[in-house]
Amino acid sequence: MDTHFDVIVIGGGAAGLTAGIYLSRAKVKALILNEGAVGGQMVLTHEIANYPGVENISGYELARNMKSQALKFGCEIRSNVKITSLDLGDEIKEVTINNKDVFTSNAVIIATGGKSRTIGAPGENNFKGTGISYCATCDGDFFQDKEIIVVGGGNSALEEAVSLTKYASKVTVVHQFDHFQALEHYIEVAGNNEKINFIMESEIIEFIGEEKLASVKIKNMSTGKISQMNIDGVFIFIGYVPNTESLEGIIELNKNKEIVVDKDLMTSLNGVFAAGDSIQKKYRQVTTAVADGTIAALGAAEFVNNQKKNLVTA
Amino acid sequence: MLKTNLTHVLSEKEHSELLNSNENVMICCGRMGPMCIPVYESMEELEGEYNGVKFADMEFDSPDAKVIRNLPECSSFAGLPFVVYYKNRKIVKATSSIQSRDQITEILDAYFAK
Repeated sequence: MDTHFDVIVIGGGAAGLTAGIYLSRAKVKALILNEGAVGGQMVLTHEIANYPGVENISGYELARNMKSQALKFGCEIRSNVKITSLDLGDEIKEVTINNKDVFTSNAVIIATGGKSRTIGAPGENNFKGTGISYCATCDGDFFQDKEIIVVGGGNSALEEAVSLTKYASKVTVVHQFDHFQALEHYIEVAGNNEKINFIMESEIIEFIGEEKLASVKIKNMSTGKISQMNIDGVFIFIGYVPNTESLEGIIELNKNKEIVVDKDLMTSLNGVFAAGDSIQKKYRQVTTAVADGTIAALGAAEFVNNQKKNLVTA
Repeated sequence: MLKTNLTHVLSEKEHSELLNSNENVMICCGRMGPMCIPVYESMEELEGEYNGVKFADMEFDSPDAKVIRNLPECSSFAGLPFVVYYKNRKIVKATSSIQSRDQITEILDAYFAK
């Protein structure tokens, strides 16, 4: 396998796959390196109903279609790899993965996306799959007639709280502030559901149980009072954090650890572009990721072509 | 049937035959959902690396999947997929919810030879 590419795309979500499609369609030799399964956050969406031109599709199907489209145009994809080192400062960029394979390229597109934010309280890791879940669609039916907590105060948290009332006998929404960040519609629907009640200005500080989750300790942020609540399950929807830990000190990040980009989605490093949920922006949708992937791919292709022209004329 | 490239276990009988004819077996019992798909993808990729292991899936909602759903090892599970690792028909490990490729590899290396 030739290990030099025109462009290496790091990340195989909506932005990365779109970049792969655009690059390979334009005969730019491209490689997508992806740390998890291809599709990124898109795969976590049970149903996408507002993707233009596609009336209804699961996130998985859309991701699979994008992957197949990229492969058809000649893009190479390596998924489930771990990137162990990045050397992006020089003209030729170098990316090393866990099996020690080294890939080089003239340009790089970073599309590492985001991941679900965790609470970070003791016990959280122990009860993943035995009481703690980050996916209502996947695990809701394990909590038939049981009492559960939903953590969060945004659109997702309130929407999922309502959806979980199909199964649970009681849903308690625990939110750290005295007001919700969700749109009025979601607040109203959740507020009118008699199975849902709210504990505001509070946080879970510990998850307790043996084989499975049995109770949680909740701290009131205003009074400092700690109470213990017996519970069968906790669903956590407190937003996403960008996957940029490995980029700290390499490219410019803002205070939210999002990648700082210019209008062409070039980062602080020449020849390094970024796209999707890991960049600084307000709206994170599949459609915005796809748009970012397109812009970054066109920018990277132009960058590579100019670099090659300069070599010829030099 | 699950849309994966893995061997599909469609019945209790097939489950039993699979365990009888393979020393090391990993079965992922799930749906085509967000927590399950990454596990299937990892298994599809690992299939080429672990020749001594049979990788299979089973649809969680099929009645015959009770052979996995009702296992004592899965009694506390409340997250899809349920993944069960068998050696000589005996369960050596079971996990609930999404697992990364690294987590799966760690289990395969601990219990099965490559």
